[in-house]
Amino acid sequence: MKWDISDIDSWKTDDFPLGAVIPEAGNSHYYRTGGWRSERPVRNVETCTDCLICWIDCPDTAIHVADEKIAADWLDLDHCKGCGICANECPVEAITMVPEGCELPEVR
Amino acid sequence: MTEIRTVATTGNLVVAEAMRQCRPDVVAAYPITPQTTIVEEFAKYVAQGRVHTEYVTVESEHSAMSACVGASAAGARVMTATASQGLALMWEELHIASGMRLPIVMANANRALSAPINIHCDHGDAMGARDTGWVMLFAETAQEAYDNTIIALKVAEDPEVLLPAMSCLDGFITTHSIDRIELLDDDTVTGFVGTYQPQNALLDIDNAVSHGCFAGLGGPYFEFKKAQRMAIDRSKAVVERVGNEFTKVSGRDFGLVETDMMDDADVAIVVIGSTAGNVRHVAKEMRAGGVKAGIVKVRCFRPFPHAELAAALKGCRAVAVLDRAESFGAEGGPLYLETRSALYDLESRIPVVNYIYGLGGSDVRLELIHRVYADLSDIASGSAAPSGLVYLGAR
Ligand code: SF4
Ligand code: SF4
Repeated sequence: MKWDISDIDSWKTDDFPLGAVIPEAGNSHYYRTGGWRSERPVRNVETCTDCLICWIDCPDTAIHVADEKIAADWLDLDHCKGCGICANECPVEAITMVPEGCELPEVR
Repeated sequence: MTEIRTVATTGNLVVAEAMRQCRPDVVAAYPITPQTTIVEEFAKYVAQGRVHTEYVTVESEHSAMSACVGASAAGARVMTATASQGLALMWEELHIASGMRLPIVMANANRALSAPINIHCDHGDAMGARDTGWVMLFAETAQEAYDNTIIALKVAEDPEVLLPAMSCLDGFITTHSIDRIELLDDDTVTGFVGTYQPQNALLDIDNAVSHGCFAGLGGPYFEFKKAQRMAIDRSKAVVERVGNEFTKVSGRDFGLVETDMMDDADVAIVVIGSTAGNVRHVAKEMRAGGVKAGIVKVRCFRPFPHAELAAALKGCRAVAVLDRAESFGAEGGPLYLETRSALYDLESRIPVVNYIYGLGGSDVRLELIHRVYADLSDIASGSAAPSGLVYLGAR
């Protein structure tokens, strides 16, 4: 079930859910925070030890894991907002934050 | 079949008894004078296994109401109690409870706020919370405190309402004095309040929801506040209906406003809480002396019964409003402001005088009430009303 909010701008008071709940779990996925990013994390696959600390600490679950290792397409650019927590917490400094260009094609 | 048991005990102990009979799933509370014996007694019931409640001991009232909010969002029936500084410390969660539409019921043992520090009765604590979106009932007696607590729960949990509710009783005067009280049997109360059907329960994992969401950046915060306003407006009819249902099971009256000797009254006092007893006594003495005195007690302060109050006072020639709370810088106390507003739509203009009384437990002697009725009689017979508010009995 997807909570359909496509015409939310025309909703009346009674149309909103009681007590401002969001009646669908996990739908923050639909809200793209990638556009907030001014720096992008770049991971050095040579030095990364797959300790998964960055995966645990990322506040936006923007780091993907496959088979208990950092995934090849590791970064969800729709949601990574460039906070730098992963780079800061990586124990072997395998992540560097690099300035983001002005083009962010992944952000719609 | 309703069984009624008459006991001699205190307001706090019967509030604890009402809570036990309402069978809350969670009580999170912090002790504070003069409320402490409510949660102390309730904790004893839990320890004795007389109620199956998750009793959460917390380190402050801020945490108490936070735990209540969490438990209520999870889908639990939640009750608690506080007073004075404790209520003040809960202030931000009071708004959160009403904004999240959580039907938490809380007893408040009305006590003055610091500074200077004071532990005695006034309504400054509850009146400070009057705009937090809670339904607010006030008791004159321990009996009413028991009755209001049960009524408050059924109102709060009504699907038309779903708002938190406060059951207020006067600190020490009502909380600690021993009074004659009629208790209903457990089955009657349990049946009366029924089973709570939570909406949007966090523990309902088949219908997962998020609570506590953001509605800014041009989002519908405004509409959520309008929904709250609509709910508390609807709650007025629900309070009346539940009150009538309660009368059927208990035989005891309940009114949003309760009047006495008002049919032909020339002068009337509007009052909240335990002082209504003194006012009623003096009104009878005034009647014996030929003054047509009456009394209007406001039992439900939120939603405020403007129309009922105006109807009760319509024929009066002078009205006094007794406020046991300040609204510093306003024209008068909270009850005065509501009463003046309620009378504005009447055809004829009734002089209304505001008396601030009893702050910090300052004694409300009968001669003070006599003085108020004497002032009203003077106004009714043509004298000018005192200008501005009167600090009744202050030196
Ligand atoms: S920069 Fe921040 S949001 Fe992006 S992956 Fe690292 S921790 Fe996550
Ligand atoms: S914290 Fe550093 S070493 Fe650990 S998985 Fe992430 S990038 Fe690799």
